[in-house]
Amino acid sequence: MHSTLRMRKSPKQPVHSTRRAALTAAAAFLAGALALTGCGGGNDKSSDDKPSAGGKESGSTVKLPELKGQSLEVAAVWTGGEQKNFKQVLAEFEKRTGAKVTFVPAQDPIINFLGSKIAGGQPPDVALLPQPGAIKQAVDKKWAKPLGPEAQAELGKNYSQGWQDLGKVGGKQYAAYYKAANKSLIWYNAKVFENAGAQEPKRWEELMTAAQAVYDSGVTPFSVGGADGWTLTDWFENVYLSQAGPDKYDQLAQHTIKWTDPSVKQALTTLAQIWGKKDFVAGGANGALQTEFPASVTQTFTGGDQPKAGMVFEGDFAQVNIAETKAKIGTDAKVFPFPAVGGQAPVVSGGDAAVVLKDSEAAQALVTFLASPDAATIQAKLGGYLSPNKSVALSAYPNDVQRKMAEALVSAGDNFRFDMSDQAPQAFGGTPGKGEWKDLQDFLKNPKDVAGTQAKLEKDAAAAYGSGS
Amino acid sequence: MSSAAAEDVAGTPATPSGPRRRKSVTGTRRTAAALFLLPALVLLGALVVYPIGYSLIRSFLSQSGDSFAGVDNYRALFTDDGIRTALKNNIIWVVFAPTVSTALGLIFAVLTERVRWGTAFKLVVFMPMAISMLAAGIIFRLVYDQDPDKGVANAVWVGVHDSFAESSAFPRAHPGRQSPLRPDQGGFVTAGTVHTGRTVALPLVGVAPDRMPKGAEPAARAQPQPGKVTGTAWQDFTRGKGVGKLGAVDPAEQGYAGMRIEAVKDGKVVASTKAAADGTFTLPAAADGARLRLPASNFREPYNGVDWLGPALVTPAVIGSYVWMWAGFAMVLIAAGLAGMPRELLEAARVDGANEWQVFRRVTVPLLAPVLAVVTVTLMINVLKIFDLVFIIPPGSSQDDANVLALELYRKGFSEDQPGIASAIAVFLLLLVIPVMLFNIRRLRREVRR
Repeated sequence: MHSTLRMRKSPKQPVHSTRRAALTAAAAFLAGALALTGCGGGNDKSSDDKPSAGGKESGSTVKLPELKGQSLEVAAVWTGGEQKNFKQVLAEFEKRTGAKVTFVPAQDPIINFLGSKIAGGQPPDVALLPQPGAIKQAVDKKWAKPLGPEAQAELGKNYSQGWQDLGKVGGKQYAAYYKAANKSLIWYNAKVFENAGAQEPKRWEELMTAAQAVYDSGVTPFSVGGADGWTLTDWFENVYLSQAGPDKYDQLAQHTIKWTDPSVKQALTTLAQIWGKKDFVAGGANGALQTEFPASVTQTFTGGDQPKAGMVFEGDFAQVNIAETKAKIGTDAKVFPFPAVGGQAPVVSGGDAAVVLKDSEAAQALVTFLASPDAATIQAKLGGYLSPNKSVALSAYPNDVQRKMAEALVSAGDNFRFDMSDQAPQAFGGTPGKGEWKDLQDFLKNPKDVAGTQAKLEKDAAAAYGSGS
Repeated sequence: MSSAAAEDVAGTPATPSGPRRRKSVTGTRRTAAALFLLPALVLLGALVVYPIGYSLIRSFLSQSGDSFAGVDNYRALFTDDGIRTALKNNIIWVVFAPTVSTALGLIFAVLTERVRWGTAFKLVVFMPMAISMLAAGIIFRLVYDQDPDKGVANAVWVGVHDSFAESSAFPRAHPGRQSPLRPDQGGFVTAGTVHTGRTVALPLVGVAPDRMPKGAEPAARAQPQPGKVTGTAWQDFTRGKGVGKLGAVDPAEQGYAGMRIEAVKDGKVVASTKAAADGTFTLPAAADGARLRLPASNFREPYNGVDWLGPALVTPAVIGSYVWMWAGFAMVLIAAGLAGMPRELLEAARVDGANEWQVFRRVTVPLLAPVLAVVTVTLMINVLKIFDLVFIIPPGSSQDDANVLALELYRKGFSEDQPGIASAIAVFLLLLVIPVMLFNIRRLRREVRR
C-alpha cells in the first residue's frame, strides 16, 4: 500500500505546478470577472473578494466562476450516508464559489418526481439521474439542457469514451456521470468462510461448492434483499451477461429479443440453483421478500460466528451498510467479483449522472465541478463511492477493497455493460411492485416456475416498451 | 359557519330601520353578505371546487393530457389487476376496520364506566390518536417484523407456540456429500441394513458448533459389540477444514448428543435409542437387519412465527394497526354518548330482573345506536381514503397485495406517470364517499331538528 502511495505521489509533482499556474490563471480570470460584474451589482463588490481567496487553500484543478448570492437546488435519490457524503461535496462547491446549494431529496423513480416538480414550475437546477433511460426521457421532454463547454472539456479530460457516450443523447452531451457502481461483487463474511473452509470462487460451480461448504458448516449461504426488486434484477443481469454474452445482453436490454428466449430460461434456471434451494437463502423466500437491501447486508455481518447468512451479492455501495455494523471492510467483510457463469465474469455497472434542468451559469458550474476529479476525490475519501472519473487518484480511496473495485471499473475501459433494468423503460425496470421487479420477486417465491416467469416478464416488457414511457 | 355570521351581522341593522330605508338596507345586506362570504367562497373554490372539477376533466384526458380519451381511463379502472385488488381491499377495509374499531370502542367505553381508574385507562387507549399515521406505520412495521427477535407480534406468537411444541436440537442438520443417509419422511434413513457386531456411521453436517446441544462431546468411534448394533451419530464437519475425512470421525468433530435413533423393519420401529454425549449409541439385537432412521422430530425447524406481512395476512395486519389507532377515538365518542344516557332506564331494566348482558344488549346498545352510527360512518369515510398505513407498513414485495385505492391513485399518478387513470380513481373515490357523506349530513340535520 505504501509503495502504491509513493508511486502515485511522484507523478503528481508536475501536476502541482500546473495547478498553481491554473490557479493564477483562475485568479486573473476572477479579477476580470469581478471587473465586469462590478458594473452590474456595485453593492456586491466588497464581499466578492473573500471567497476567491478561500478557493486557494485546497488544490483545485477546475476553474469555477464566482457565484456569490446565487442559490442552486440539486435533486438526487440518495439517503443516509450517501446523502451525507454528497453534501460535503456540495459544501466544498459552496466554499469555492460562494453559491448556496440545497439538496432536495427525491423519491424513486426520480424522473416522475422531477415531472411533478417541473409541472409545478419549480424544477431543481441540477438532478442526478440514475438511468440512461431517464436521461433520454428528460431530453425527449425537453427538460434537460445540454452541457456547456466547460463541463464538456472536463468530461473529455477525465472520462473514458464509454462513460461519455452514456451521457449523450442524439450525439449531444447532456449528462456527466458523477458516480459509478460496480454491481458485480459478492461480499462475504470472512469468518464464515474461514470456519467453513471455503475458498473465494472464480466460477459459478465453485460458488455453489463454497455455498454448500458454508451451508454444511451451519450457516445459510446467501442473504437476498428481496423486498427491493432491484437487487433481484441485478442478480439476473450478472448471470445473464456472463452466460448469454454481451450481445444477447444488449439485445434483451433493447427488447429486440423476447424474454421468452431460451437464454433467459437458462439464466433463470441457473439462478434457481440458489434461489430455489432449501435453506440457501436467509429466511427462506418469504423472509427474503421482507428483507430490504440494507438489512440484507447488515444481517450478513452481524451475529459473530453465526450471522444470518455468509454471503450477500450487491454492488460496491453495500459497504455503506457494512460500515453500520462492527465488521471491518477488508478483514471481516471481504469481497470477490461475481463468478463467471459462462465464458467471462460479468462486469455490470450502474451510475448517477448530473443533468442540468435549469440552464444557468451556476448550474453549469456545479456540473463542471462534479465532473472534475476534485469533487470525486472528496467523496471517494469518505468511502462507499466509486468514480468513473479516471483522473481520480486511486490513493484517494480509503481502503484496499475500494481501490480494487475502482481500479477494476476504470480499467474495464469500455468493456462494461450498464445495468439492464436501468436501461429499460421505468415502468418495466424501475418501479417498485411492477414489471421486472415484481416478476422476479414472484420468481424468488416460486423458483420452479421458469416458464411462467418468462411469460410474465415478456408481457410486462411488451407493454412497457410498446408505450415507450 | 360563515353564512351564519353573515346573517347575524346583516340581521342587526335591519330591525331599527324604518320602511323607507329598507330598500337601501337590503342592498347593503346583499353586499355585506357577499363581502362576508367572499373569503370563504374563494378559499372553497380554489381549494375544493376547482381541484375536483379539474380532476373530473383530467380523468377524461389521455396520459399526456392533450387529447380526449373518453372513458378509457374508467375502463382501465375496472380491468387493471392492480386496481381490482385495490378495490377488493378497500371493501375489506370499509367492512371490517370501522366495525371492529366501533365494537372495541363500545366495549372499552362500557367497561371503563365501571372501573375506578377508568379515566386513566381511557387516556391510555386514546393515546395512539396522538401519534401521526406515519409514525404508527413505522411502529407497526417493526411490530410485524418477521424476525421474532425484532417483531413483538412474532415474539409473542413464537413464545406461545414454543411452550407447546418445542423446536428440536438439530433443525438444519442434513447429510453431507456421499452420505449413507437418504431423506425419509422429514428425517433420514440409512440406505442399507445394519447388523449386530458391526458399527454404523451416521454422519450429518449443518449444525454450527455453538448451536450444538449443551454437553455434546467430541465424537467417538463406536466399538463393535457382539449381539448389538453400535454406531456414532455426529457432525461430520471440522471447523475451518470442511468435512475432513468423509464419513469418518475426525478429532475435532462433535457427537450429536441426544439424537434419537430408530431401527425400522418393514415400516415398523423395532428398537430405538438416544445418542450419548459423544454421539455413540447401542441398539439391541432386535435391530439386526433393520434400517436406522433419524426421525423427523430431530430436525424440526424452529418455529418462525406468522408471516404477518406476507401476501395473505398483510391487509388484516394493517387493519389491526388502524384499529389500534382509532378504537380510542370511537371509545371517547361512545363514552360521551353513554354519559348522556338516562340512568333510570338501566335501573328499570335491572329492577325488572334483566341481567347485565341483557341490559347491555337490550337497553344500552339501542339507546347508543345513533352515536354508534355516527362513529361508524365517520370511520368509514376515514377508511375509504386510507393511505399512510398501507404505504408504510407492507414491504415492497407485498405492497401490491395490500393495495388500496388511495395508494393506487398515488402510484398511478406519481410513480407510473398515468395522471389520467389517477384522476379517474380520484373521481371514483369521491363517488364512493358521497353517499356516506350524505347519510352523515342528513343524520346531523335530524339531530339538530330534535
